[in-house]
Amino acid sequence: MESALATLEPVIAQEPLRKTPWDRLWEDKLARFSLIILGLMYFCAAFADPLTPYSMDFNDADVANAPPSILHWHNVKGEVVTPYVLQVERTFNHETYQQSYTEIPGSGYPLKFFIKGEPYKILGIIPGDIHLFGVPNPGRLFLLGSDINGRDNFSRLFYGAQKSLTIGFLGLFIAFPIGIIYGGMSGFVGGAVDNGMMRFAEAIMSIPSFYLLIGLAAMLPPEMTSSQRFALITVILSFIGWAGLARVIRGMVLSIREEEFVQAARAAGMPEFFNVIKHVLPQTASFIIVAATLQVPSFILSESGLSFIGLGIQQPDASWGNMLKAALDNANELVDQPWLLAPGFLIFVTILCFNNVGDVLRDVLDPKMQGR
Amino acid sequence: MSVPIFILKRILQALPLLFIISVMSFTMLKLAPIDPLAHLRANPAISLSAIKAEEQRLGLDKPAPVQYAIWIANLLQGDMGISTSGASVFVLLMQRAGNTLKLSALSILFTWLIAIPAGVAAAVDRGKFVDKLFGILTSIGMSMPTFLFALLLLMFALATHLLPIGGLTSSNYFELDTIHQILDELKHLIIPVTVLTFVSLAGIQRQMRANLLDVLRAEYVRTARAKGLPEHTVIYHHALRNAINPLITLLGFEFSALLSGAALTETVLAYPGLGRLTLEGVLTKDMNLVMASLMLGAVMLIVGNLLADVLLKFVDPRITLE
Repeated sequence: MESALATLEPVIAQEPLRKTPWDRLWEDKLARFSLIILGLMYFCAAFADPLTPYSMDFNDADVANAPPSILHWHNVKGEVVTPYVLQVERTFNHETYQQSYTEIPGSGYPLKFFIKGEPYKILGIIPGDIHLFGVPNPGRLFLLGSDINGRDNFSRLFYGAQKSLTIGFLGLFIAFPIGIIYGGMSGFVGGAVDNGMMRFAEAIMSIPSFYLLIGLAAMLPPEMTSSQRFALITVILSFIGWAGLARVIRGMVLSIREEEFVQAARAAGMPEFFNVIKHVLPQTASFIIVAATLQVPSFILSESGLSFIGLGIQQPDASWGNMLKAALDNANELVDQPWLLAPGFLIFVTILCFNNVGDVLRDVLDPKMQGR
Repeated sequence: MSVPIFILKRILQALPLLFIISVMSFTMLKLAPIDPLAHLRANPAISLSAIKAEEQRLGLDKPAPVQYAIWIANLLQGDMGISTSGASVFVLLMQRAGNTLKLSALSILFTWLIAIPAGVAAAVDRGKFVDKLFGILTSIGMSMPTFLFALLLLMFALATHLLPIGGLTSSNYFELDTIHQILDELKHLIIPVTVLTFVSLAGIQRQMRANLLDVLRAEYVRTARAKGLPEHTVIYHHALRNAINPLITLLGFEFSALLSGAALTETVLAYPGLGRLTLEGVLTKDMNLVMASLMLGAVMLIVGNLLADVLLKFVDPRITLE
């Protein structure tokens, strides 16, 4: 008897009667995997400086457009040694007008961990100069080659993540409050005001979003600092994103206002405004959470698209979109330089992860929508 | 409500919408640091007096609200002005919009031809291999940026030399006879249509799968099965027809998404479409062109939605237009 109880108790402790949505999200293998990948990406973005061998602006014009550095494991005698890179030398073929890089034989520059390098400030606060890995100067470790200015593509992917990954969330913080307040107001006031407000929202939705996006991006004056530009692009993205949300919220407010528990509160003498705030809007919460998760990837996609065509984040700042632009500029040599597509691959993985989490979250929070 | 009256009513509703859009776009572009005649000024072949005349004709020396009035008065008379390249905006738009429509129409056609059977197959074999395979493919399709997929296909074309790398026509296009001209264009359309189809496939396939699963749970499907109809009659005769209807409403939205997606694809593949024209207009600060193509984009979207609604009425007699 006692032993049976002893085995029962831990089972009860493990399985709470009611699982929180978070538990159910974490239980889904795909969602968990996606969340871990996203977590890693945000971690890499936040600690880009110590994790990468070079800073965002580090450049060496002598090795522009270089292919990825080759890590050698064997020395000239064929013995296994610490991995090292060789210095490269640019040669120019006067007949084909193409440049190529050849390694100069000689003593290599060994790969070192926790190497002292350029000073930095993590998140603009914590100073340091230790990089996770790197090679001593003047050796160059370009894991994904270098761009046209001789900057390290690999390191710039991390700094690009800082822009590309945060812009999605910052956009949410502007678009969603506007959408919720606008939609809630429209549904609450009703009548001619509602009609007018909805016509305006529809006007925004009636311009194909990308056309509106490039039109708005053209408004930005060229002589802005990079942080101003970043902020304004976030504003532009949110300007596109709020209208659809406002419409759905308005529809939900209109229908939830007729529900019995809201009518009961009204009959009990609750002022209509507080009734909407206290009873109606909270009912839209699970829709808003799901919509937010699915809106982040679309913001990220818009930012990369905009930067990709040269209207978003501008050089010398890095963003995945403007780094992928190098692939477009070198489209004819793309077959020989597949590493140029790396930023595009990261955009794809990020969006895939957000979509996976969003899909599972929708199933968890909104069982009515299951399977859609 | 009969269909012609419904269409008329929708057109009348669209007019104020288009007015708001035009005011919005105009304000937006006026706030931008844009000199629409910058390129005329930079061109030494165009005399100063011609620029002055154009300035007066466009009313650029007048305040913004007056300029807007002039712009819309001209538009109502069918004059969209000239672009900074000197060509008539109307002619440019007609050429490019035709190309974009060609691209969008083919993409929608292929999307539906593939997505409907794929959605049906996934719903019928729910949870089995086919369903899972399409599940993975659609996740990839939904997350794949159009520009990345276009670049990947461009790489494929470069590596294999099987397909032309961008553009709409080969350099010897005008020396070919009509049949070969059509074949040449079709060959150039393969990559852009594949990109847009793959990207829009995912949404339609998932929607189709979900709709069919819903319908298969309905009472009349159970009745049909109970009275001993073969499974394929139940699915293709009874269930499918009801499951497709909600998709038709999506057609309008799909069209809008395609217009946006096409803009980037056109840019990557150097396809002479409306999106690329607009982008070039924005980059060269071409006011008339951008205004006109924003309006045209909106008109195309509104017409697309209207067509979807009318089509739904024809497909599903239970729908009443209001």
